[in-house]
Amino acid sequence: MPKLSNMSYKNQRILIIFLFSLVPVALLLTFSYLPVVKMFQYSFTSWNGLSKNMEYIGFDNYRTIFTKPEYFAVFKVSLYYFLATFVQMGLALYFATILSFNVRMKNWFKGILFFPTLLNGVAIGFIFLFFFKPEGTLNTLLDLAGLGAWQQKWLLNPHLINISLAFASVWRYMGMNFIIFLGAISSIGGDIYEASEIDGANRWHQFRHIIIPSIKRILQLNLILAVSGAIGVFEIPYVMTGGSNGSGTFVIQTVDVAFKYSKMGLASAMAVVLLGIVIVVTIVQRVLIKEEK
Amino acid sequence: MHTLKYSAASFFKYLTLILGALMALIPIAVVFFASLKTNEEYASTGPLTLPENWLNFSNYTKAFVDGNMLLGFMNTMFIVLISIAGATLTGSMMAYILARFKFRGSKLLMGAFLLATLIPGVTTQVATFQIINSLELFNTRWAPILMYLGTDIIAVYIFMQFLDSISESLDESAMLDGASYWTIYWRIILPLLSPAIVTVIIVKGVNIYNDFYTPFLYMPKSSLQVVSTALFKFKGPYGSQWEVICAAIMIAIIPTLIAFVSLQKYIYNGFAQGSVK
Repeated sequence: MPKLSNMSYKNQRILIIFLFSLVPVALLLTFSYLPVVKMFQYSFTSWNGLSKNMEYIGFDNYRTIFTKPEYFAVFKVSLYYFLATFVQMGLALYFATILSFNVRMKNWFKGILFFPTLLNGVAIGFIFLFFFKPEGTLNTLLDLAGLGAWQQKWLLNPHLINISLAFASVWRYMGMNFIIFLGAISSIGGDIYEASEIDGANRWHQFRHIIIPSIKRILQLNLILAVSGAIGVFEIPYVMTGGSNGSGTFVIQTVDVAFKYSKMGLASAMAVVLLGIVIVVTIVQRVLIKEEK
Repeated sequence: MHTLKYSAASFFKYLTLILGALMALIPIAVVFFASLKTNEEYASTGPLTLPENWLNFSNYTKAFVDGNMLLGFMNTMFIVLISIAGATLTGSMMAYILARFKFRGSKLLMGAFLLATLIPGVTTQVATFQIINSLELFNTRWAPILMYLGTDIIAVYIFMQFLDSISESLDESAMLDGASYWTIYWRIILPLLSPAIVTVIIVKGVNIYNDFYTPFLYMPKSSLQVVSTALFKFKGPYGSQWEVICAAIMIAIIPTLIAFVSLQKYIYNGFAQGSVK
């Protein structure tokens, strides 16, 4: 084997570029781009995922999705999660702001508020099944607070189920936003606050005119992630309810169509629609943010 | 007057903090209580009632043995270790050549990696499944490993960001000493990347440990269960034994708690950096 150090830097360069990118690029193509190509291909067939030959049926799958309302109704469910994200980001921003200043037991609060984000998704699903059970934590707490009349079947009532699930989602992801905002706020120099205090600024002024402008970009980025996150909700409703009682999301539906009912073609068309929506939303947001600058 | 206003604000601040902390802790605490109760005790007491015997670990033994959690931990460990080692190597190599060499197609390559983050993984599962199948990797531990390496490209970004802060003059002076590019990568760049490697280990480790979807879909074989899928199996058969499910939940949470308490500082930094692409 020729020694690398005996080669000219020019040849070394070619060799190392080739060798170092070989595996990452192969993985990228196989697992990020090939699926997209394949998905488009399947979406024009009536393939069941097993048979050898695929029958091309043109746009029939797309026609099914756009003409049968039950396929699109599930996007309504995404709205609950989307709205919940604002609650989640608001809470995260509030806690990040107050914990950026002097607070007793700061590290304890920080750790406790962040910890839920680290937990296993299935564990969180079970924790909230327990929380929302008819004889579960929430109803017991309400009883204790003298609000027994407010007790509900949180996961059985179709009007409440998505709110309950979105609540679990806020509980799970708030800590992530919180820690990102906290990091962003802490990079603001202390002298800026001091200078503003000399000018007579109070905490609200500081929040409005120092903190918000300096973390604006991060707020926007998190908003982008929130939209695609809301469209792609899967784990919490799947673990907790399996999508029953009107809690099914588009992804749950796609997975069911593909793997339960073996309609790979239709499921692929659904996934193409979903991918299209996510990409359009992301691009629109990126363009809007760029224009603002 | 001023002090009154000040202390009211301070009171409100602590009140909300305590409420927030309680909201974060109560759902977990009640599961912990339930996990220490006997079956009769669970049936006769409310979720907020403390367990009679704080050392009643029988539910834990039952959950651990019946749920075959040890197997789950072994499989998870195997997948986490190989995925992290793989992501660190492939990610740092890719980042090294993208950050240090300008060659024909390097822009295109970088764009290809960037664009891939726009594709949400869940949407392409239908087709990914067929690819895994045709590679004959279905129901093997290599299916999730390859997918964690191939679709979650966050490691490349973290390394590229970090490489920008490592001066190129280091590379150049090593070249004056006649070091090969491999030596530069292996002896200079990789060791200097260690803070970024810690970030990758933490972000990837937590994500893989918590992932349910990939193992659930690609490794349904029970001998390949990971912690998430092992836990999920409690859903049907133990519906009437919530105290056992609660113990299983705690078994899945405890490693996270230990990691969090012992690596707190790195975890905060890791997530603050790792999630803002």
